[in-house]
Amino acid sequence: MTLEAFLLLAAALFSVGLFGALSQQSVVMVMMGLELMINGVIVAAAALWYFVSPERPDGQVLVLVAITAMAVEMAAGFAVTTAIFRARDIDMVDAADDLGDRRQEQGQEHGQSREQDR
Amino acid sequence: MAETVVFAVCAVGAVASGAAVFVVDSMARATFALLASFLFAAVPLLLLELSYLGVLVILMMVMEMMVMVVFMIMYMMNPAGLMPMSMVHNKAGSLAVAAVTFAVLAAGVFLVPWPAREGSPPADPTRQLAEAIMGPHMLVMMLVGMVLFATMVASVVLSTPRGRYDRYGDDLKRTRPDDPIGGGLGR
Amino acid sequence: MIEGDASPLSLLTLLALLGALAYAAAAGSAVLHARAVGTAPVAAVSAPARESARLLVQRRRTVPGADALLWRLGGALLPVAAALAALVVPLGSTAVSDLSVGVVWFNAMEVLAWCAVWLLGWGANSVWGLVGGYRFLIQGLSYELPHMFALITAALGAGSLRVGDIVAAQEDVWFAVLMPAAFAVYLVSALAMAFWGPFDAPVGRDAAGGAAAEPSGADRLVLLAGRYMLLAVVAAMAVPLFLGGGAGPLLPGWAWSLVKTLAVLGALVWTGHRVPTVRMDRFTEVGWMVLLPLSLLQALVVSVLVLVR
Repeated sequence: MTLEAFLLLAAALFSVGLFGALSQQSVVMVMMGLELMINGVIVAAAALWYFVSPERPDGQVLVLVAITAMAVEMAAGFAVTTAIFRARDIDMVDAADDLGDRRQEQGQEHGQSREQDR
Repeated sequence: MAETVVFAVCAVGAVASGAAVFVVDSMARATFALLASFLFAAVPLLLLELSYLGVLVILMMVMEMMVMVVFMIMYMMNPAGLMPMSMVHNKAGSLAVAAVTFAVLAAGVFLVPWPAREGSPPADPTRQLAEAIMGPHMLVMMLVGMVLFATMVASVVLSTPRGRYDRYGDDLKRTRPDDPIGGGLGR
Repeated sequence: MIEGDASPLSLLTLLALLGALAYAAAAGSAVLHARAVGTAPVAAVSAPARESARLLVQRRRTVPGADALLWRLGGALLPVAAALAALVVPLGSTAVSDLSVGVVWFNAMEVLAWCAVWLLGWGANSVWGLVGGYRFLIQGLSYELPHMFALITAALGAGSLRVGDIVAAQEDVWFAVLMPAAFAVYLVSALAMAFWGPFDAPVGRDAAGGAAAEPSGADRLVLLAGRYMLLAVVAAMAVPLFLGGGAGPLLPGWAWSLVKTLAVLGALVWTGHRVPTVRMDRFTEVGWMVLLPLSLLQALVVSVLVLVR
């Protein structure tokens, strides 16, 4: 077991999570990708604590912060998903791109449910 | 030697089940694949003598995934994967970005001259962590507490469709809240 | 007090003991049932064995569209979770593995029961099963936080997460006396965790057996055995956490551990037969509005005590 092996595992988890977060359309699946990415951070922080400076607690504290970030991400994510589903009947990220410069046909495609709300 | 084997098995298992999350059709299977990935990734933490954080990750992830599975099934069309459908966009692009990210990170892992190890792990890492967050790192703990509390309030506010006017009437004069589901305290 | 036992507890002994305690719980339940319906209570002692034999030879029912992998996983997980949780439970002064984070380990392993029941409900592709699985999740979210605070209060009183240290800290006064509210909350959550007695809604009759509606034959045997094992291990953990572990006059430590475990287990089984099933929506509010503040206050009182002492 070396530091490189642990960091490689962390990098692999992060990349798999990144793929999921970028490619999935469902909000819940995107959150799964984000969780995997944070999991990579946890592994990396723990490995750096053990192999670089085990005498100082900073690495462990970082793991604790990452775990908290994961919990917050999930709670807030599900709350937003619920709110947006209630308001617009949307559960796909493509339909919730209000801040993006939407293409014309996409806007029309999802326009109907929004018209009803307004 | 045994530790290396355990680590290798768990590392491969963690990445493989992590990838399986985005491959399987059934949402229940996807959630439990993610849970398996977290459990596999918790074992390396235990190997690093971080027994508290490792077990904490197991405890938290089991509970978190059991909540997640409810939402997965609630919000996904075709939750059981009985009618396979593709719910992805820009798959090739995402795959390329992920591959490049991994290549860059892996190159960094091997090219960065990591500092040599200073000191050795304490006898009880749990105590080290506890003394840190209750001593010099207390600010972290306080912020984490605040953030978690804010998250609780914010998620309840966001996800509940009913406010106090729905429950207690327009003039808030109702003595018993008008809830669709009653509680156990006779209110 | 805690240096009586010579031989360390082996894994096989532990599993045998766990099985025996689970059988005792099942037999006790059968006897109580026999007394209630007016049949011979003595004959009921062997009822679990007869029922096991019947289930072993019973032909497995198949369900169309079942997710067999997850279903079998859920069934197997229940006894495995109970056995893993039992690893840190000391018999007298020796546990199979007295981890430095024993309390957290116990908690993490017992939470696996959530997975088990939900998977059992989901995998069967049956609406009653799924209703049962969801009920257990709601129940879990209601009992788990008070339960965690009860566990952590005991750890707080001892200043250690190691179960052995918690036992040692009760040399003068049992934690059941020092922190009665935490003990009460623990017992309530113990019933809820093993979905037993008033908390049996996840496998309730109103939902045609809930998560246990579809499993048959050996699957059902594993499910029932796992549930009684869970009940047994939660009862056994109450002894080192709140009842002074193996402390007691005359008898050796392991014997006292067993006697106390049987007493707690008997109380839990008896309660299960005396108290009617509590509805989920009612228990949720009780859990969050009563048990949680109660266990928090108890933790506060104990931490002040620890600081003053």
